[in-house]
Amino acid sequence: MRYLPLTDTDRQEMLSVIGAASIDDLFVDVPAEARLTGTIAGLPDHASELAVERHMAALARKNLSAGEAPFFLGAGAYRHHVPASVDHLIQRGEFLTAYTPYQPEIAQGTLQVLFEFQTQVARLLGCDVANASMYDGSTACWEAIGMARRITKRGKAILSSGLHPHYVSVARTMAKFTGDALAHEAPALDAATDIDALIASIDKDTSCVVVQYPDILGRIADLAPLAEAAHAAGALLVAVVTEPVALGAIKAPGHMGADIVVGEGQSIGVGLQFGGPYLGLFACKQKYVRQMPGRLCGETVDAAGKRGFVLTLSTREQHIRREKATSNICTNSGLCALAFSIHMTLLGERGLRELATLNHGLAAQAADRLSQVPGVTLLNDSFFNEFTLILSKDARDVVRTLADKGVLAGVSLGRLFPQTPAIGNGLVVAVTETVTAEDIESLAAALEEELA
Amino acid sequence: MTMLKEGRPTAPEPVKEAHMAPATATGNRALMLEEALIFEIGSTATTGVDFAPAPSVASRLGKLARTDAIGLPGLSEQETVRHYTRLSRQNYAIDLGLFPLGSCTMKHNPRLNEKVARMPGFADLHPLAPQSTVQGALGLINELAVWLIKLTGMHGVAMTPKAGAHGELCGLLCIRAALEARGDARQVVLVPESAHGTNPATAAFCGYKVEDIPATPEGRVDLEALKARLGPDVAAVMITNPNTCGLFERDMKTISDAVHAAGAFVYCDGANFNAIVGRVRPGDLGVDAMHINLHKTFSTPHGGGGPGSGPVVLSEALSPFGPLPYTARMADGSIHLIEEENVGEEMPQSFGRMSAFHGQMGMFTRALAYILSHGADGLRQVAEDAVLNANYILRSLDDVLDAPFGDSGPCMHEALFSDKGLAEGFTTLDIAKGLIDEGFHPMTMYFPLVVHGAMLVEPTETESKAALDQFILALRSLAERAKAGDEALKGAPYHAPRRRLDETLAARKPVLTWTDPALAVAAE
Repeated sequence: MRYLPLTDTDRQEMLSVIGAASIDDLFVDVPAEARLTGTIAGLPDHASELAVERHMAALARKNLSAGEAPFFLGAGAYRHHVPASVDHLIQRGEFLTAYTPYQPEIAQGTLQVLFEFQTQVARLLGCDVANASMYDGSTACWEAIGMARRITKRGKAILSSGLHPHYVSVARTMAKFTGDALAHEAPALDAATDIDALIASIDKDTSCVVVQYPDILGRIADLAPLAEAAHAAGALLVAVVTEPVALGAIKAPGHMGADIVVGEGQSIGVGLQFGGPYLGLFACKQKYVRQMPGRLCGETVDAAGKRGFVLTLSTREQHIRREKATSNICTNSGLCALAFSIHMTLLGERGLRELATLNHGLAAQAADRLSQVPGVTLLNDSFFNEFTLILSKDARDVVRTLADKGVLAGVSLGRLFPQTPAIGNGLVVAVTETVTAEDIESLAAALEEELA
Repeated sequence: MTMLKEGRPTAPEPVKEAHMAPATATGNRALMLEEALIFEIGSTATTGVDFAPAPSVASRLGKLARTDAIGLPGLSEQETVRHYTRLSRQNYAIDLGLFPLGSCTMKHNPRLNEKVARMPGFADLHPLAPQSTVQGALGLINELAVWLIKLTGMHGVAMTPKAGAHGELCGLLCIRAALEARGDARQVVLVPESAHGTNPATAAFCGYKVEDIPATPEGRVDLEALKARLGPDVAAVMITNPNTCGLFERDMKTISDAVHAAGAFVYCDGANFNAIVGRVRPGDLGVDAMHINLHKTFSTPHGGGGPGSGPVVLSEALSPFGPLPYTARMADGSIHLIEEENVGEEMPQSFGRMSAFHGQMGMFTRALAYILSHGADGLRQVAEDAVLNANYILRSLDDVLDAPFGDSGPCMHEALFSDKGLAEGFTTLDIAKGLIDEGFHPMTMYFPLVVHGAMLVEPTETESKAALDQFILALRSLAERAKAGDEALKGAPYHAPRRRLDETLAARKPVLTWTDPALAVAAE
């Protein structure tokens, strides 16, 4: 039990200071019938560091990791190269093992990072202000719908068919209990864009329109007409970005009129991690800042007049307002926000643009090559680093077969939209800077063989 | 053994030289370096990364190509390393010393956990990867789930919630779904005063009417008041046990029985499970749902505010209603991720999905490494040492600091004091800021709300007796100074990177992003 420093002698000395005869005396308030004696049946005793590492390594070996195969999965989680210094810096104990900065005098490191993070996120998304992060993109999306309800006092959210179906599921879960009405349909593969349909569906009960950019199929569309239509009807535009690297190449949603922009920040600095922890990005127009959920870091001065940072506007939070709080969340993704911020600082504007250009170029190359495979059609005419292929058979089966051959081909639309059999042949393919020309050839060859 | 209460130095000689030393030209003080913002030292032309040239292909961006300046400064690699290393040194962290934040639980973060979480076989997996390629990761989730179920004596566990408060939401959604399944639209959730602040916020968020249940003078749920309020409109009672006064709710079983008899469910806030792990199973106390903050009980690093992870253990009655996705072991030994695509008939009552993917895998890896390192015997020792350390602090200081529930029985993993008895005008805040100068992170201040000027101290099991004695010495000295009316204490901290920060100014005139002063002036 290498992490426990007390010796039996210490324990005896401490018990005598307390005035207790034994440790059991300290558990006297536990009802006798609920007190466990001895260890719990079926659970092993402690293990050495070496033994634990071996056990975990054995589990890890049963997985095919992304770096071991030609890899094309996206759909809300993206594999990018993370510079070595990012992981090195987030492992500094003063960052890694700090708590929420409740004592700002000795938490300026975390607080300054959050202030810088908020500024980076606001600029990237094209908004006035951003918060210090949320759990992930899907919960940030849900919180944005709640915020739109508070602002407009209306209870109907219209969700674009291009919104990630898991984000739709999260919103649907929450709506069941808050009474929000949600309008949503699965995407139709023959429509180039659903912007016109969205505009047509806005009515006087609409709190917000939620649109993903680029959307789940990889399509990108100008959001300005949608923002205009929403505003004309007294509704808000919520934009969702699941691949923030895209914003190094395409217009920011905030600059096209989105009132709230949320996103999944995993793509920058965080890594795939089999789904979490991820990083919810949340930004909005200045006038809505007091309705924004989550933590905020603000600039101020100390008693000696020096610039410093504190958590602020906490009157919206659960520990002050209890049942009247703006949201119940009481953590952010601090360490993931740090990783994002460091990676973004390493990139800088120049690096981000280069990275985005490289992603887009490789994706275009891949799209051209893969659409030459017999039985494959490219759906999108516009995309950033992710596009949809229509295969001549069910993409779910193709993905499984190719995985057995060591090629991780993409995400099938059948898995994402199981209730919509008509789009089962769709395969969403993501191409980032980690993909090589050989990888693209491997995928093309495997598809050729499978679809022959 | 009274050495801790006597024979210790009282107020130390005031140390004046540090803040009276001459100012430096740079604002730096030897190893303590001031650090500007990246927006002040970086430039949009600088980068710390190199990329291969992009292939020259026709753009597919249409009219949407971003042409405006984004305003993101870059730094070279070394500048980046220095910037963040310097900033890190302005932080207090558990790696530097005792971090006695009650109800937050800051214990040692073993580095083995970091190492295993970074194995590519876990860290470099896509959440939507074909299931045949992630059997080890699904197996890890399943293995951790089995530990959580057995340690709590419950029936099932929902692994997806991403933090404690998200777990509360999950538990309440299960309760609501179970009630709706039997056609019972109950409207009210009862929350005792001694519960965590997130509890009422969560209940309200789920659309419930929240009603308080008072605490007894000894700091526990008022059983009679609770029983009197139970009725056909009550959906659930949310209890924190051990509670935020640091006490075990003795009547937990009686409360559960009464709640069940009234047709309602018991939600237990399990944030404080580290006090009882291996010694008490909440399932034996009649709990229906309880979240477990993996980052607290099973030590995953909190990273300056998160991430957390909040799996929810569930009773047999609630298990069918848990969220998607979840893992299930098949007859052939393979493990399936059950989600919308394959949910089938076995779990038609799931309330749905509460986050895009299947939870905090990176935290699961760390928590399982921590659990296996301790084993069943070590986890029991964790609870015992956590409780021992807290009671040691309580009894070593209750002669100089008011302990409002000092006569209510042993405390669990945290010791509660109040500001009663300090000199006129001296507050909990002064003691907290004084602790900073003594080299400690302050305890939790002004929480729980049931105690005026609360100071909630949680040492955890990973602190040695020597570390506790040093902390006791510091707190004793500060208590004596505050009782004696030592005005210098009101200026603390003197030795931190910053003096007291103006939080009112920050809230009145929020500055949440950096603006170039040159542009700000031009705009005026």
